[in-house]
Amino acid sequence: MQQTAPVTRITDFMKQRMAGFNPQGAIRALTMPVLGVLVFLLLWQMAAQNVTTSLGSLPGPAGVWEQAGNLWEGHLEEQRRAAEFIEMQKERNAQILERNPDAEVRIRPYSGKETFIDQILTSLGTVFSGFVLASLVAIPLGIVVGLNRYLYEAVNPVIQVFKPVSPLAWLPIVTLVVSATYTVEDPMVSRAFITSMVTVSLCSLWPTLVNTIMGVNAVSQDLRNVSQVLRLGFFTHVWRVVLPSAIPMIFTGLRLSLGIAWMVLIAAEMLAQSPGLGKFVWDEFQNGSSESLGRIMVAVIVIGLIGLVLDRGMLTLQRLLSWDRASATH
Amino acid sequence: MSHSRPHLELSSVGMGFPVKGGTFTALEDVNLRVNEGEFISLIGHSGCGKSTVLNIIAGLMRASRGGCLLDGREVTEPGPERAVVFQNHSLMPWLSAYGNVELAVRQVFRRSMTREQRRDWIIHNLELVHMGHALDKRPDELSGGMRQRVGIARALAMQPKVLLMDEPFGALDALTRAHLQDSLMEIQRELNSTVIMITHDVDEAVLLSDRIVMMTNGPAASIGEVLDVPLERPRDRVALADCPEYNRCRQSVLSFLYEKQQKVTPMPQRTARPASDADAVNA
Ligand SMILES: Nc1ncnc2c1ncn2[C@@H]1O[C@H](COP(=O)(O)OP(=O)(O)OP(=O)(O)O)[C@@H](O)[C@H]1O
Ligand SMILES: [Mg+2]
Repeated sequence: MQQTAPVTRITDFMKQRMAGFNPQGAIRALTMPVLGVLVFLLLWQMAAQNVTTSLGSLPGPAGVWEQAGNLWEGHLEEQRRAAEFIEMQKERNAQILERNPDAEVRIRPYSGKETFIDQILTSLGTVFSGFVLASLVAIPLGIVVGLNRYLYEAVNPVIQVFKPVSPLAWLPIVTLVVSATYTVEDPMVSRAFITSMVTVSLCSLWPTLVNTIMGVNAVSQDLRNVSQVLRLGFFTHVWRVVLPSAIPMIFTGLRLSLGIAWMVLIAAEMLAQSPGLGKFVWDEFQNGSSESLGRIMVAVIVIGLIGLVLDRGMLTLQRLLSWDRASATH
Repeated sequence: MSHSRPHLELSSVGMGFPVKGGTFTALEDVNLRVNEGEFISLIGHSGCGKSTVLNIIAGLMRASRGGCLLDGREVTEPGPERAVVFQNHSLMPWLSAYGNVELAVRQVFRRSMTREQRRDWIIHNLELVHMGHALDKRPDELSGGMRQRVGIARALAMQPKVLLMDEPFGALDALTRAHLQDSLMEIQRELNSTVIMITHDVDEAVLLSDRIVMMTNGPAASIGEVLDVPLERPRDRVALADCPEYNRCRQSVLSFLYEKQQKVTPMPQRTARPASDADAVNA
């Protein structure tokens, strides 16, 4: 009777996906993509041998694979050291407490160097915060602006001017503003994090904003007539008519925004020297060891894969939340 | 009319639309008085301004001249006491049939009914239009006729003083249409609601109406003739087929439409139309 609960919708969705699974079809569907990747790897191998840089020749797929393994090993190694360090402190604390039960003991966190995996997690955290901040601003603002023609006419030129601005242009301004305003003693989050997060937000705001405005503008006159006949209040009108009607467009905007956020983040981290994948790439570049090129390649591939996963994730979310399945295609 | 104060009154309503290079006068000097519980049909050729009249009564458009009074109060905005069945159903595509009716019921009865009462009321109204089996279907999973029925259920569920219907049965097959016409007559007799219905179908107009309002062709359309239909209620479509009074009414609407208000420019594809359509005004 009532709207189906999200949980049943999720299970329905899973069932639909599973129902369509047949092994033969899957093999056929996978043939071309697998072939494509293999050809790409082959071309890469051949091309790499012929390019020599100051750091030696470009690594081929095998070399990159090896570096990926090294980075993973390095991460495990760091984790083991961290565990040992904590263990050591615990033992020492126990000894102290044995001698003097009133002694104040504490465990200092391990402060080893950030591994590749840590950098990935940092980057994901930053992009997610920036994206959420941008969406929290863009969607309500888009609804308000989209509902009011005069406001739209006033705001539109501003949007058009700021939309194409590159993150590189925002970064210095954001850095200066953040360092001037974010002056907390012993801050919980680092200034560099705030800077890259705000930069990501500023750049990824626009697609969501523009699409939300367009979605709200496009609510059909017929549906607005229904709303008027029912005398829905402003908030009910927005919540039950405008928002659902604009949801497909909003999601299109969110997907574009998330893509931009991820791209911008890497650039921002490189420039702002805030921890994350971008910094990892930059550090390896400055490092200039014989392994650096391989590691940078690993980072490039990981960045691409994460971008892909983020996009697919948004698409899945859209399929779950949007009534208009037709608009939720790749 | 002998009543001192009519339920609904249109007085010298005129409507002009701003168009490129001036104003297009759609309506001029439309006068109409409707009593409580009366069933009125609006009939006229396509584009003459029927929907415009209905929109003015609904409050979705403001007349350029004159105005509309409901129970002595001027209509200035839309409201649920004047429910509308729209020409193109206008259902929320993301809501089920149930959800669409619920949107209206929750708004209109949010204080006067409990949650369970509202639920029963929604289902009751959907069953009235024989949509009880498709409560969870969304508009894109319904046929055109079923959507229209949900639209009717939504309007009925609002318990309006005046029910405004813009070609409510236009998209339906003959059987469903006949069935819905019968239920509409039944519902209207029970609730004694005032109904104003736009139609292109002469038989439908005669069968359902107390009075048929015939509009002249636009631009500057107005009310040409008003025909009283003095047939006993309840009416039975089969028995009426041989009733002389029924045929006289039918005849007089047809003669108004095809002799007095003949479309000046015949459509090029007219010759291809089947003969069985001769009774319907070209839509
Ligand atoms: N917003 C508008 N702007 C300009 N002209 C309009 C507008 N709305 C309606 N008209 C014109 O007013 C006239 C009457 O339109 P209306 O929709 O009321 O006709 P109708 O009798 O309902 O036709 P149909 O039977 O085809 O639905 C038409 O000539 C139409 O072109
Ligand atoms: Mg119309």
